[in-house]
Amino acid sequence: MVEFGGWDMPVQYSGVIAEHLAVRSAAGLFDVSHMGEVEVSGPDAFDFLQFATINDLAALVDGQVQYSALCYPDGGIVDDITLYRFNAGKFMLCVNAANRDKDFAWLQDLAVQRPGDYQLVDRGNDFAQLALQGPKAAAILSGLTSADLLSLRVYHFCESEVAGLPTLISRTGYTGEDGFELYCAPRDAETLWQTLMEQGRPQGLVPVGLGARDTLRLEKAYALYGHELSADILPLEARLGWITKLDKAGFCGRDALLKAKSEGLGRQLIGLRLTQPGVPREQYPVRADGKDVGLVTSGTMSPSLRQGIALALVDKTAAIGDADLTIVIRGREISAEKVKLPFV
Amino acid sequence: MDFPEELKYTEEHEWVLVEGDLVSIGISAFAQDQLGDVVFVELPEVGDKIETGKAFGVVESVKAVSDIYAPFSGEIIEVNSVLPDAPETVNNSPYEDGWMIRVKPDDLADLEGLMDAAAYQGFIEEE
Repeated sequence: MVEFGGWDMPVQYSGVIAEHLAVRSAAGLFDVSHMGEVEVSGPDAFDFLQFATINDLAALVDGQVQYSALCYPDGGIVDDITLYRFNAGKFMLCVNAANRDKDFAWLQDLAVQRPGDYQLVDRGNDFAQLALQGPKAAAILSGLTSADLLSLRVYHFCESEVAGLPTLISRTGYTGEDGFELYCAPRDAETLWQTLMEQGRPQGLVPVGLGARDTLRLEKAYALYGHELSADILPLEARLGWITKLDKAGFCGRDALLKAKSEGLGRQLIGLRLTQPGVPREQYPVRADGKDVGLVTSGTMSPSLRQGIALALVDKTAAIGDADLTIVIRGREISAEKVKLPFV
Repeated sequence: MDFPEELKYTEEHEWVLVEGDLVSIGISAFAQDQLGDVVFVELPEVGDKIETGKAFGVVESVKAVSDIYAPFSGEIIEVNSVLPDAPETVNNSPYEDGWMIRVKPDDLADLEGLMDAAAYQGFIEEE
Protein backbone atom coordinates (compact mmCIF):
# COMPACT_ATOMS: atom_id res chain seq x y z
CA MET A 1 0.00 0.00 0.00
CA VAL A 2 1.14 3.55 -0.71
CA GLU A 3 -0.15 7.02 0.04
CA PHE A 4 -1.39 8.66 -3.18
CA GLY A 5 -3.09 12.05 -3.23
CA GLY A 6 -4.24 11.53 0.36
CA TRP A 7 -5.52 7.99 -0.27
CA ASP A 8 -4.09 4.65 0.81
CA MET A 9 -3.85 2.64 -2.39
CA PRO A 10 -2.51 -0.77 -3.35
CA VAL A 11 0.53 -0.77 -5.67
CA GLN A 12 -0.23 -4.34 -6.62
CA TYR A 13 -2.40 -7.33 -5.81
CA SER A 14 -0.84 -10.36 -7.54
CA GLY A 15 2.07 -8.56 -9.23
CA VAL A 16 2.44 -5.58 -11.56
CA ILE A 17 3.37 -7.56 -14.66
CA ALA A 18 0.69 -10.25 -14.23
CA GLU A 19 -1.95 -7.56 -13.64
CA HIS A 20 -0.76 -5.54 -16.64
CA LEU A 21 -0.87 -8.52 -18.99
CA ALA A 22 -4.30 -9.56 -17.68
CA VAL A 23 -5.71 -6.16 -18.66
CA ARG A 24 -4.20 -6.45 -22.15
CA SER A 25 -5.48 -9.99 -22.70
CA ALA A 26 -8.64 -10.28 -20.55
CA ALA A 27 -9.73 -7.69 -17.97
CA GLY A 28 -8.75 -5.87 -14.80
CA LEU A 29 -10.69 -4.08 -12.08
CA PHE A 30 -9.28 -0.90 -10.55
CA ASP A 31 -10.53 1.02 -7.52
CA VAL A 32 -10.05 4.61 -8.66
CA SER A 33 -12.30 6.21 -6.08
CA HIS A 34 -9.49 8.67 -5.38
CA MET A 35 -10.43 10.61 -8.52
CA GLY A 36 -12.28 13.86 -7.79
CA GLU A 37 -15.55 15.05 -9.26
CA VAL A 38 -16.82 18.62 -9.67
CA GLU A 39 -20.35 19.36 -10.82
CA VAL A 40 -21.06 22.53 -12.75
CA SER A 41 -24.75 23.24 -13.31
CA GLY A 42 -27.05 26.06 -14.27
CA PRO A 43 -28.03 28.01 -17.39
CA ASP A 44 -24.54 29.57 -17.66
CA ALA A 45 -22.57 26.38 -16.89
CA PHE A 46 -21.73 25.89 -20.58
CA ASP A 47 -20.32 29.40 -20.99
CA PHE A 48 -18.31 29.13 -17.80
CA LEU A 49 -16.75 25.82 -18.86
CA GLN A 50 -15.97 27.17 -22.32
CA PHE A 51 -13.94 29.83 -20.48
CA ALA A 52 -12.37 27.45 -17.95
CA THR A 53 -11.32 24.57 -20.24
CA ILE A 54 -9.14 24.39 -23.37
CA ASN A 55 -11.22 21.96 -25.43
CA ASP A 56 -14.45 23.03 -27.19
CA LEU A 57 -17.68 21.98 -25.48
CA ALA A 58 -19.70 22.96 -28.54
CA ALA A 59 -18.80 19.62 -30.06
CA LEU A 60 -20.23 17.74 -27.08
CA VAL A 61 -23.72 16.19 -26.95
CA ASP A 62 -25.71 14.93 -23.96
CA GLY A 63 -24.18 11.70 -22.68
CA GLN A 64 -20.77 12.42 -24.15
CA VAL A 65 -17.39 12.69 -22.43
CA GLN A 66 -14.53 14.94 -23.50
CA TYR A 67 -10.85 14.87 -22.57
CA SER A 68 -9.76 18.42 -21.72
CA ALA A 69 -7.59 20.51 -19.42
CA LEU A 70 -7.64 23.59 -17.23
CA CYS A 71 -4.86 26.10 -17.93
CA TYR A 72 -3.48 29.09 -16.07
CA PRO A 73 -3.42 32.45 -17.88
CA ASP A 74 0.25 31.77 -18.74
CA GLY A 75 -0.72 28.51 -20.47
CA GLY A 76 0.65 26.19 -17.79
CA ILE A 77 -1.59 23.27 -16.91
CA VAL A 78 -3.74 23.28 -13.76
CA ASP A 79 -4.95 19.72 -14.44
CA ASP A 80 -6.10 17.41 -17.17
CA ILE A 81 -9.74 16.35 -16.82
CA THR A 82 -12.58 14.44 -18.37
CA LEU A 83 -15.73 16.46 -18.83
CA TYR A 84 -19.18 14.84 -18.78
CA ARG A 85 -22.18 16.53 -20.40
CA PHE A 86 -25.48 15.39 -18.82
CA ASN A 87 -27.47 18.13 -20.53
CA ALA A 88 -27.05 21.76 -21.56
CA GLY A 89 -27.26 22.84 -17.91
CA LYS A 90 -25.37 20.08 -16.12
CA PHE A 91 -21.75 18.98 -16.46
CA MET A 92 -19.29 17.02 -14.35
CA LEU A 93 -15.50 17.24 -14.33
CA CYS A 94 -13.47 14.22 -13.26
CA VAL A 95 -10.13 15.50 -11.91
CA ASN A 96 -6.91 14.02 -10.53
CA ALA A 97 -7.03 13.12 -6.84
CA ALA A 98 -3.88 15.04 -5.98
CA ASN A 99 -5.32 18.15 -7.68
CA ARG A 100 -8.85 17.99 -6.33
CA ASP A 101 -8.62 20.84 -3.82
CA LYS A 102 -6.40 22.93 -6.09
CA ASP A 103 -8.76 22.50 -9.04
CA PHE A 104 -11.86 23.39 -7.06
CA ALA A 105 -10.20 26.49 -5.62
CA TRP A 106 -9.03 27.43 -9.13
CA LEU A 107 -12.53 27.03 -10.57
CA GLN A 108 -13.90 29.20 -7.75
CA ASP A 109 -11.31 31.87 -8.59
CA LEU A 110 -12.38 31.75 -12.24
CA ALA A 111 -16.01 31.97 -11.16
CA VAL A 112 -15.29 35.29 -9.48
CA GLN A 113 -13.97 36.57 -12.83
CA ARG A 114 -16.91 35.10 -14.74
CA PRO A 115 -19.99 35.52 -12.55
CA GLY A 116 -23.15 33.98 -13.94
CA ASP A 117 -26.10 31.74 -13.22
CA TYR A 118 -24.30 28.49 -12.41
CA GLN A 119 -23.08 26.56 -9.38
CA LEU A 120 -19.83 24.72 -8.66
CA VAL A 121 -20.12 21.76 -6.32
CA ASP A 122 -17.28 19.52 -5.15
CA ARG A 123 -18.86 16.07 -5.50
CA GLY A 124 -15.66 14.15 -4.71
CA ASN A 125 -17.14 12.52 -1.60
CA ASP A 126 -20.37 11.51 -3.35
CA PHE A 127 -18.77 9.04 -5.76
CA ALA A 128 -16.69 5.94 -5.64
CA GLN A 129 -15.23 4.90 -8.98
CA LEU A 130 -14.27 1.47 -10.28
CA ALA A 131 -12.60 1.02 -13.66
CA LEU A 132 -13.29 -2.22 -15.52
CA GLN A 133 -10.77 -2.41 -18.35
CA GLY A 134 -9.72 -4.90 -20.99
CA PRO A 135 -11.01 -6.76 -24.06
CA LYS A 136 -13.38 -8.82 -21.84
CA ALA A 137 -14.79 -5.78 -20.00
CA ALA A 138 -17.95 -5.45 -22.08
CA ALA A 139 -18.73 -9.18 -21.88
CA ILE A 140 -18.34 -9.09 -18.10
CA LEU A 141 -20.39 -5.95 -17.56
CA SER A 142 -23.18 -6.93 -19.93
CA GLY A 143 -24.12 -9.79 -17.62
CA LEU A 144 -24.73 -7.39 -14.74
CA THR A 145 -26.54 -4.41 -16.23
CA SER A 146 -29.70 -3.58 -18.14
CA ALA A 147 -27.84 -0.78 -19.93
CA ASP A 148 -27.42 -1.25 -23.68
CA LEU A 149 -23.64 -1.51 -23.86
CA LEU A 150 -23.67 -2.29 -27.57
CA SER A 151 -24.92 1.20 -28.33
CA LEU A 152 -22.74 2.89 -25.68
CA ARG A 153 -19.91 4.24 -27.77
CA VAL A 154 -16.40 5.12 -26.65
CA TYR A 155 -16.28 8.40 -24.68
CA HIS A 156 -20.03 8.24 -24.01
CA PHE A 157 -21.85 7.48 -20.76
CA CYS A 158 -25.27 6.59 -19.42
CA GLU A 159 -26.93 6.70 -16.02
CA SER A 160 -28.07 3.17 -15.35
CA GLU A 161 -27.52 0.36 -12.85
CA VAL A 162 -25.02 -2.43 -12.32
CA ALA A 163 -26.13 -5.35 -10.14
CA GLY A 164 -29.13 -3.26 -9.19
CA LEU A 165 -26.94 -0.43 -7.85
CA PRO A 166 -27.38 3.03 -9.39
CA THR A 167 -24.26 3.53 -11.52
CA LEU A 168 -23.00 5.99 -14.10
CA ILE A 169 -21.42 3.84 -16.80
CA SER A 170 -18.77 5.67 -18.83
CA ARG A 171 -17.01 3.97 -21.74
CA THR A 172 -13.67 5.52 -20.89
CA GLY A 173 -10.43 4.52 -19.26
CA TYR A 174 -6.72 5.00 -18.83
CA THR A 175 -5.36 1.74 -20.21
CA GLY A 176 -5.86 1.96 -23.97
CA GLU A 177 -8.18 -1.06 -23.85
CA ASP A 178 -11.95 -1.10 -24.21
CA GLY A 179 -13.55 -0.61 -20.84
CA PHE A 180 -15.72 1.31 -18.45
CA GLU A 181 -15.40 3.71 -15.57
CA LEU A 182 -18.23 3.08 -13.14
CA TYR A 183 -19.31 5.84 -10.77
CA CYS A 184 -21.47 4.76 -7.82
CA ALA A 185 -22.33 5.81 -4.28
CA PRO A 186 -19.44 5.07 -1.90
CA ARG A 187 -21.71 2.80 0.21
CA ASP A 188 -22.33 0.60 -2.87
CA ALA A 189 -18.71 0.36 -3.99
CA GLU A 190 -17.77 -2.77 -2.07
CA THR A 191 -20.81 -4.69 -3.33
CA LEU A 192 -20.14 -3.49 -6.87
CA TRP A 193 -16.50 -4.60 -6.62
CA GLN A 194 -17.39 -8.06 -5.24
CA THR A 195 -20.14 -8.59 -7.82
CA LEU A 196 -17.91 -7.59 -10.73
CA MET A 197 -15.09 -9.83 -9.48
CA GLU A 198 -17.44 -12.82 -9.12
CA GLN A 199 -18.90 -12.24 -12.57
CA GLY A 200 -15.54 -11.60 -14.21
CA ARG A 201 -13.19 -14.05 -12.53
CA PRO A 202 -14.13 -16.97 -14.84
CA GLN A 203 -13.29 -14.69 -17.80
CA GLY A 204 -9.89 -13.79 -16.40
CA LEU A 205 -10.73 -10.62 -14.45
CA VAL A 206 -8.13 -9.71 -11.83
CA PRO A 207 -7.86 -6.78 -9.40
CA VAL A 208 -5.25 -4.24 -10.54
CA GLY A 209 -3.23 -1.77 -8.46
CA LEU A 210 -1.53 1.55 -9.08
CA GLY A 211 1.65 -0.07 -10.42
CA ALA A 212 0.00 -1.58 -13.47
CA ARG A 213 -2.26 1.45 -13.88
CA ASP A 214 0.94 3.39 -14.51
CA THR A 215 2.59 0.89 -16.88
CA LEU A 216 -0.66 0.48 -18.86
CA ARG A 217 -1.10 4.22 -19.38
CA LEU A 218 2.57 4.70 -20.17
CA GLU A 219 2.57 2.07 -22.94
CA LYS A 220 -0.27 4.07 -24.49
CA ALA A 221 1.60 7.38 -23.89
CA TYR A 222 -1.24 8.86 -21.84
CA ALA A 223 -0.02 11.85 -19.85
CA LEU A 224 -0.03 11.82 -16.05
CA TYR A 225 -0.28 15.08 -14.16
CA GLY A 226 2.87 15.81 -12.16
CA HIS A 227 4.95 13.99 -14.79
CA GLU A 228 4.12 14.94 -18.40
CA LEU A 229 1.84 17.78 -17.30
CA SER A 230 2.40 20.59 -14.80
CA ALA A 231 2.04 24.31 -14.23
CA ASP A 232 5.41 24.70 -16.01
CA ILE A 233 4.44 22.75 -19.13
CA LEU A 234 2.19 23.95 -21.95
CA PRO A 235 -0.38 21.51 -23.35
CA LEU A 236 1.12 22.18 -26.80
CA GLU A 237 4.47 20.87 -25.56
CA ALA A 238 2.88 17.78 -24.01
CA ARG A 239 1.20 16.35 -27.12
CA LEU A 240 -2.16 17.88 -26.14
CA GLY A 241 -2.46 20.10 -29.19
CA TRP A 242 -5.45 17.98 -30.29
CA ILE A 243 -7.49 19.17 -27.28
CA THR A 244 -6.17 22.75 -27.33
CA LYS A 245 -8.79 24.55 -29.42
CA LEU A 246 -6.98 27.82 -30.13
CA ASP A 247 -9.81 28.92 -32.44
CA LYS A 248 -12.20 28.88 -29.45
CA ALA A 249 -12.68 32.45 -28.27
CA GLY A 250 -11.49 33.71 -24.92
CA PHE A 251 -10.63 30.64 -22.84
CA CYS A 252 -8.26 30.98 -19.91
CA GLY A 253 -4.68 30.57 -21.15
CA ARG A 254 -5.53 31.08 -24.84
CA ASP A 255 -3.55 34.29 -25.34
CA ALA A 256 -0.40 32.80 -23.86
CA LEU A 257 -0.79 29.61 -25.89
CA LEU A 258 -1.34 31.53 -29.13
CA LYS A 259 1.77 33.58 -28.42
CA ALA A 260 3.84 30.50 -27.60
CA LYS A 261 2.68 28.83 -30.78
CA SER A 262 3.53 31.81 -32.98
CA GLU A 263 6.94 32.23 -31.34
CA GLY A 264 7.68 28.52 -31.65
CA LEU A 265 7.72 25.95 -28.88
CA GLY A 266 11.05 25.24 -27.24
CA ARG A 267 10.30 21.74 -26.01
CA GLN A 268 8.42 18.67 -27.07
CA LEU A 269 7.34 15.44 -25.41
CA ILE A 270 8.73 12.44 -27.27
CA GLY A 271 8.72 8.67 -26.88
CA LEU A 272 11.98 6.80 -26.39
CA ARG A 273 12.68 3.07 -26.41
CA LEU A 274 15.94 1.77 -25.02
CA THR A 275 17.96 -0.28 -27.47
CA GLN A 276 20.18 -1.57 -24.66
CA PRO A 277 19.06 -3.21 -21.39
CA GLY A 278 17.93 -0.83 -18.67
CA VAL A 279 14.96 0.83 -17.05
CA PRO A 280 14.48 4.55 -17.69
CA ARG A 281 12.98 6.48 -14.78
CA GLU A 282 11.52 9.91 -14.17
CA GLN A 283 14.11 12.72 -14.06
CA TYR A 284 16.87 10.73 -15.80
CA PRO A 285 18.72 13.05 -18.22
CA VAL A 286 18.28 12.66 -21.98
CA ARG A 287 21.25 13.46 -24.24
CA ALA A 288 21.54 14.09 -27.97
CA ASP A 289 25.04 13.54 -29.34
CA GLY A 290 26.29 13.67 -25.76
CA LYS A 291 24.64 16.97 -24.85
CA ASP A 292 21.86 17.28 -22.24
CA VAL A 293 18.59 18.07 -24.02
CA GLY A 294 15.91 17.23 -21.46
CA LEU A 295 14.56 14.83 -18.87
CA VAL A 296 12.50 11.68 -18.73
CA THR A 297 9.01 12.50 -17.43
CA SER A 298 7.89 8.85 -17.02
CA GLY A 299 9.75 5.64 -17.67
CA THR A 300 9.36 1.95 -17.05
CA MET A 301 10.10 -1.52 -18.29
CA SER A 302 7.23 -2.16 -20.68
CA PRO A 303 5.60 -5.45 -19.66
CA SER A 304 4.24 -5.88 -23.21
CA LEU A 305 7.49 -5.08 -25.07
CA ARG A 306 9.93 -6.22 -22.36
CA GLN A 307 11.99 -3.13 -23.18
CA GLY A 308 12.65 0.12 -21.38
CA ILE A 309 10.29 2.88 -22.55
CA ALA A 310 10.13 6.54 -21.62
CA LEU A 311 8.30 9.76 -22.29
CA ALA A 312 10.75 12.65 -22.24
CA LEU A 313 10.40 16.40 -22.50
CA VAL A 314 13.30 17.53 -24.70
CA ASP A 315 14.52 20.53 -26.67
CA LYS A 316 12.71 20.89 -29.96
CA THR A 317 15.89 20.45 -32.00
CA ALA A 318 16.54 17.09 -30.37
CA ALA A 319 12.90 16.13 -30.78
CA ILE A 320 12.88 16.64 -34.53
CA GLY A 321 16.55 16.04 -35.35
CA ASP A 322 18.33 12.77 -36.00
CA ALA A 323 21.01 13.01 -33.31
CA ASP A 324 21.96 9.86 -31.39
CA LEU A 325 19.81 9.86 -28.27
CA THR A 326 20.72 8.34 -24.93
CA ILE A 327 19.23 8.20 -21.45
CA VAL A 328 21.68 8.56 -18.59
CA ILE A 329 21.20 5.74 -16.08
CA ARG A 330 23.47 5.83 -13.02
CA GLY A 331 26.03 7.90 -14.88
CA ARG A 332 26.10 5.75 -18.03
CA GLU A 333 24.60 6.71 -21.38
CA ILE A 334 22.22 3.99 -22.55
CA SER A 335 21.20 4.12 -26.22
CA ALA A 336 17.62 4.95 -27.05
CA GLU A 337 15.63 5.44 -30.21
CA LYS A 338 12.83 7.87 -30.84
CA VAL A 339 9.63 5.96 -31.54
CA LYS A 340 6.15 6.81 -32.73
CA LEU A 341 3.60 6.94 -29.95
CA PRO A 342 1.85 5.07 -28.48
CA PHE A 343 4.51 2.48 -27.67
CA VAL A 344 1.97 -0.34 -27.82
CA MET B 1 8.42 -17.52 3.25
CA ASP B 2 11.46 -19.74 3.07
CA PHE B 3 14.82 -18.98 4.77
CA PRO B 4 17.19 -21.90 4.24
CA GLU B 5 19.21 -22.90 7.30
CA GLU B 6 22.48 -23.32 5.39
CA LEU B 7 22.58 -19.63 4.42
CA LYS B 8 23.70 -16.53 6.32
CA TYR B 9 21.81 -13.25 5.96
CA THR B 10 22.56 -9.52 6.06
CA GLU B 11 20.53 -6.55 7.32
CA GLU B 12 20.36 -5.40 3.68
CA HIS B 13 18.50 -8.65 2.86
CA GLU B 14 21.27 -10.43 0.98
CA TRP B 15 22.07 -14.08 1.62
CA VAL B 16 25.50 -15.71 1.40
CA LEU B 17 26.43 -19.36 0.98
CA VAL B 18 29.93 -20.57 1.84
CA GLU B 19 31.13 -23.31 -0.53
CA GLY B 20 34.73 -24.13 0.29
CA ASP B 21 36.77 -20.97 -0.26
CA LEU B 22 34.11 -19.33 -2.44
CA VAL B 23 30.97 -17.51 -1.29
CA SER B 24 27.79 -17.00 -3.34
CA ILE B 25 25.62 -13.93 -2.81
CA GLY B 26 21.97 -13.31 -3.70
CA ILE B 27 18.93 -11.54 -2.26
CA SER B 28 16.46 -13.13 0.16
CA ALA B 29 12.92 -14.30 -0.52
CA PHE B 30 11.79 -11.38 1.63
CA ALA B 31 13.77 -8.90 -0.51
CA GLN B 32 12.41 -10.17 -3.83
CA ASP B 33 8.88 -10.17 -2.42
CA GLN B 34 9.23 -6.56 -1.25
CA LEU B 35 10.61 -5.50 -4.64
CA GLY B 36 7.94 -7.20 -6.72
CA ASP B 37 8.56 -8.27 -10.32
CA VAL B 38 12.30 -7.93 -10.97
CA VAL B 39 12.85 -6.57 -14.49
CA PHE B 40 16.54 -5.66 -14.51
CA VAL B 41 19.70 -6.80 -12.75
CA GLU B 42 23.02 -4.99 -13.09
CA LEU B 43 26.08 -6.87 -11.86
CA PRO B 44 29.84 -6.23 -11.91
CA GLU B 45 32.26 -8.30 -13.97
CA VAL B 46 34.47 -11.26 -13.15
CA GLY B 47 37.71 -9.97 -11.66
CA ASP B 48 36.10 -6.87 -10.13
CA LYS B 49 36.53 -6.32 -6.39
CA ILE B 50 33.66 -5.89 -3.97
CA GLU B 51 34.10 -3.98 -0.73
CA THR B 52 32.30 -4.40 2.59
CA GLY B 53 29.25 -2.13 2.84
CA LYS B 54 29.56 -0.81 -0.73
CA ALA B 55 26.94 -1.39 -3.42
CA PHE B 56 28.14 -3.85 -6.06
CA GLY B 57 24.98 -4.19 -8.13
CA VAL B 58 21.44 -3.02 -8.73
CA VAL B 59 18.12 -4.85 -8.81
CA GLU B 60 15.18 -3.05 -10.40
CA SER B 61 11.53 -3.97 -10.21
CA VAL B 62 8.84 -2.19 -12.19
CA LYS B 63 8.47 0.40 -9.45
CA ALA B 64 11.76 0.46 -7.54
CA VAL B 65 15.53 0.60 -7.85
CA SER B 66 17.51 -1.20 -5.14
CA ASP B 67 21.25 -1.43 -4.51
CA ILE B 68 22.81 -4.74 -3.53
CA TYR B 69 25.51 -4.35 -0.88
CA ALA B 70 28.66 -6.38 -0.37
CA PRO B 71 28.62 -8.02 3.09
CA PHE B 72 32.42 -8.53 2.89
CA SER B 73 35.36 -7.70 0.63
CA GLY B 74 36.72 -9.95 -2.07
CA GLU B 75 37.22 -10.69 -5.74
CA ILE B 76 34.46 -11.79 -8.09
CA ILE B 77 35.12 -15.23 -9.56
CA GLU B 78 31.80 -15.81 -11.33
CA VAL B 79 28.70 -13.81 -12.29
CA ASN B 80 25.26 -15.32 -12.96
CA SER B 81 24.98 -14.81 -16.69
CA VAL B 82 21.32 -15.87 -16.74
CA LEU B 83 20.07 -12.78 -14.91
CA PRO B 84 20.52 -10.07 -17.58
CA ASP B 85 18.16 -11.92 -19.93
CA ALA B 86 15.95 -13.51 -17.28
CA PRO B 87 15.80 -11.14 -14.31
CA GLU B 88 12.54 -12.77 -13.13
CA THR B 89 14.74 -15.69 -11.99
CA VAL B 90 15.41 -13.59 -8.87
CA ASN B 91 11.68 -13.82 -8.03
CA ASN B 92 11.23 -17.43 -9.04
CA SER B 93 14.32 -18.90 -7.39
CA PRO B 94 15.99 -16.34 -5.10
CA TYR B 95 18.25 -18.89 -3.35
CA GLU B 96 19.25 -21.13 -6.23
CA ASP B 97 18.99 -20.07 -9.88
CA GLY B 98 18.75 -16.43 -8.78
CA TRP B 99 22.24 -16.27 -7.21
CA MET B 100 24.12 -13.17 -8.33
CA ILE B 101 27.88 -13.42 -7.85
CA ARG B 102 30.45 -15.90 -6.54
CA VAL B 103 33.28 -14.27 -4.65
CA LYS B 104 36.64 -15.23 -3.18
CA PRO B 105 36.60 -13.35 0.15
CA ASP B 106 39.71 -11.53 1.29
CA ASP B 107 39.12 -12.99 4.75
CA LEU B 108 36.46 -15.60 5.57
CA ALA B 109 36.40 -14.24 9.13
CA ASP B 110 34.57 -11.17 7.74
CA LEU B 111 31.46 -13.33 7.41
CA GLU B 112 31.23 -14.08 11.12
CA GLY B 113 28.91 -11.22 12.00
CA LEU B 114 26.15 -12.33 9.63
CA MET B 115 22.78 -13.62 10.85
CA ASP B 116 21.62 -17.22 10.72
CA ALA B 117 18.14 -18.03 9.39
CA ALA B 118 16.39 -17.71 12.77
CA ALA B 119 18.08 -14.39 13.58
CA TYR B 120 17.22 -13.02 10.12
CA GLN B 121 13.59 -14.03 10.47
CA GLY B 122 13.51 -12.20 13.82
CA PHE B 123 15.14 -9.18 12.16
CA ILE B 124 12.47 -9.05 9.43
CA GLU B 125 9.65 -9.28 11.94
CA GLU B 126 11.09 -6.35 13.89
CA GLU B 127 11.52 -4.15 10.79
